Amino acid sequence: MMSNPLPAKGPLLSRTGWSAFIVALIVVCAVAPALNLLVPKDSLFHLSDYGVALVGKIMCYAICALAMDLIWGYTGILSLGHGVFFALGGYAMGMYLMRQIGLEGNYKSNLPDFMVFLDWKTLPWHWTFSDSFVATLFLVVAVPGLVAFVFGYFAFRSRIKGVYFSIITQAMTFAAMLLFFRNETGFGGNNGFTDFKRILNIPIATPSMRMLLFVMTGVTLLAFFLLARWLVAAKFGRVLQAVRDAETRVMFSGYSPLGYKLTIWTISAMMCGVAGALYVPQVGIINPSEMSPANSIEIAIWAAVGGRASLIGPIVGAFIVNGAKSWLTVAYPEFWLYFLGALFIGVTLFLPDGVVGLIRKLKGNKA
Amino acid sequence: MLGHLIRLTAFAILFIACNAHALGADEAKAIASGEADARIEALNKAVATADDKTAAFLQALSDDAVKVAGSRVFIVRDEKGVDPVSGAEFAVPEDAEDVINNNRMRGELDSALAALKLFSKDEKTRIAAIKQLQSDADETKLPLIEKAFAAEQNAQIKEQLGLVRAAALLNSADKAKRLEAAARLSTSTQANTKTVLLARLALETEPDVKYALQNTLRQVEASLAWGDRLGAIFSGISLGSILLLVALGLAITYGLMGVINMAHGELMMIGAYATYVVQALFQKYLPGAFDWYLLASVPVAFLASALMGAALERSVIRFLYGRPLETLLATWGISLMLQQLVRSFFGAQNVGVENPSWMSGGVQVLGNLSLPFNRLVIVGFAVFVLLAVAWLIGRTRLGLFVRGVTQNRPIAACMGVNTARIDTYAFALGSGIAGLAGCALSQVGNVGPDLGQGYIVDSFMVVVLGGVGQLAGTVYAAMGLGILNKFLEGWTGAVLAKIAVLVFIIIFIQKRPQGIFAMKGRSAEA
Repeated sequence: MMSNPLPAKGPLLSRTGWSAFIVALIVVCAVAPALNLLVPKDSLFHLSDYGVALVGKIMCYAICALAMDLIWGYTGILSLGHGVFFALGGYAMGMYLMRQIGLEGNYKSNLPDFMVFLDWKTLPWHWTFSDSFVATLFLVVAVPGLVAFVFGYFAFRSRIKGVYFSIITQAMTFAAMLLFFRNETGFGGNNGFTDFKRILNIPIATPSMRMLLFVMTGVTLLAFFLLARWLVAAKFGRVLQAVRDAETRVMFSGYSPLGYKLTIWTISAMMCGVAGALYVPQVGIINPSEMSPANSIEIAIWAAVGGRASLIGPIVGAFIVNGAKSWLTVAYPEFWLYFLGALFIGVTLFLPDGVVGLIRKLKGNKA
Repeated sequence: MLGHLIRLTAFAILFIACNAHALGADEAKAIASGEADARIEALNKAVATADDKTAAFLQALSDDAVKVAGSRVFIVRDEKGVDPVSGAEFAVPEDAEDVINNNRMRGELDSALAALKLFSKDEKTRIAAIKQLQSDADETKLPLIEKAFAAEQNAQIKEQLGLVRAAALLNSADKAKRLEAAARLSTSTQANTKTVLLARLALETEPDVKYALQNTLRQVEASLAWGDRLGAIFSGISLGSILLLVALGLAITYGLMGVINMAHGELMMIGAYATYVVQALFQKYLPGAFDWYLLASVPVAFLASALMGAALERSVIRFLYGRPLETLLATWGISLMLQQLVRSFFGAQNVGVENPSWMSGGVQVLGNLSLPFNRLVIVGFAVFVLLAVAWLIGRTRLGLFVRGVTQNRPIAACMGVNTARIDTYAFALGSGIAGLAGCALSQVGNVGPDLGQGYIVDSFMVVVLGGVGQLAGTVYAAMGLGILNKFLEGWTGAVLAKIAVLVFIIIFIQKRPQGIFAMKGRSAEA
């Protein structure tokens, strides 16, 4: 199906690769903060707060696209449920942020506003650990990971694959969305969580806090990129690609695909959870619409536009599509869906390897 | 305003048969002003001897069209004051105050009006009035109910009135009357009776009356249970037939052709909008034949969606055969564009599609079970479409070709079948059936740009559960899911039922990944 050559065994990144990586790290950690915080507002080089928020948001999306690439591009399993893992991570972080509001809610109660509204007297059991930041960090990874592990174990064990798997993940998303829309599940119903005030007792809306979150997101993205690169280049990654291209033959060669698929599926879900946890404090809201099937399927198109089975591709794709989205939905709101729809059709028909694949092809033709 | 006029004339006709004393000025005053308790007492006294003027006055009170100035009461409509007693026009003084009705007063007014409506010439109005009185009748309405009972000609309505009379007597101060009422009510099959009985049971102090009430309650509950059960089965079948209509098209495009069409819901939406357009055309050019627009819109909806489907197959889907995941993404893109297209043409709001008059109303089967005609028509329509599809696939030359191409494309081509054209026809057929589903949905739900979105997950579940490539499987899966869903709804509420069904399907597929009816032989591993 896909004819990408396996990456040669050798260093994690090539010499140019490492220099590009370090440049990206410097841009995220030093240049962007400097342009935003130090350069005066009227200067040409000033990075606006809007720009910081936008890029920070897109970097979260890029993590999702990278996670999607691991499972779809390298293992050939199209998930239409990654939005759930993203939202679960986000909700875990959101619960902590809700508790950090303390007594400053509209009702001046120790409980989050929506619980007062529902006339609840105590925190439900699943909020037990929401007061602790460390526990929250653990939950952000563990909850999506556990859900993915259980779901994946049953699905992969009975060898559900291809489109069946995609449809079942979509059903899972849909069910989760309905569940979180309910008030009695204790996640704030359709309003979700918002009005966050502090994180680690530091006010959340200050420029320096926003910048800190931005830098953390960028560093996480780059770290995940290295992790993905390492996974893919190792023997583990080669087996994944073999599963993608000829699963039956892999089984005949004495490998059990279950463990490989389950591992990459769980890792991918955890990455999405981290992305969600970074996303919520930056955007300031999390609600069940993040779990809508449309959102999950959009993650797939980021990966497809940039180029599957190349790790840089999904990141590029997330920036292209979301950049276009934030521009088009303001400038020509009625054309955004036409554009997105055309992107889905055009990429699948004409650009099977995405933008990165196209660039490679053009380079190959020149040489 | 027209509504008021109609109501007023209705009352005027209504009370010719009634020989009662006329509404007095002091009576009107007592009803319109003072403490709520005293007003209600005055109201109940007036109702027992009501005439058409009382009715008009009460209606005005309930419409908040009554003002009081000093000792005089006015009905104020269209800024003209009318004396409720004489009917003469008066100028309303500047300092006239609106009459304020609290909720209790309003409830009493409503039941008083309902009691008066028992004498309507129109049977439907009488039945509606009986329905209302069943839950809030008391002894003060008894004279009116007795009078209506004596005058009633229709045996069925008379039977119902008897029940209302018993319900009113249930709160009587006389113990013998209460016992008689309890015995009488035991034959009731109305859900309201249960409410009335429960309310009385909570107040009752006499042990033997209590015993009689409990007996009656048990009997009523037993007969209600049947209605509830049958009602749940019927709404299950109704939901199942909708799922069947939605899934039949998918059974062809996905089940037979293997094309994952995420735009299936949008093809349904096109069918629904085609129905809307036909309706608008009938309203404009053929208002006389408006009731028959639905028949005309069935072929239109089919053709609109089938043409769109054929265009999609020729332009996009045919290049993606054998690449299901890519097909999924591309058709998702198509669905986004179609939604936006409809939004650009018809606006983002839902459009109104009316039921033809022959589809409104329903059959009353049991006291608490009535089957709406529009649901019945859709069940029948689903059966019709199912039979047509089964015939088309199983008995015609086109069906033979479709099956042949599905089972073995190269051999079919060798036999001289134009496989590319068959693909287009088959996809257009599946899309056309989606259009028919949309036409049916327009009669029971909202028609808007996101009509299809709500059904896409469900319909894929039906096809996956039923087994790919099987019409029979689709039927069983649709009906099974529909009925399961409705029964669970009875226990857990709609959303949790839906989640439970989704979880059930996910578990079921663990056990039988090929669906209820697995394909056997070579094609199973294709």
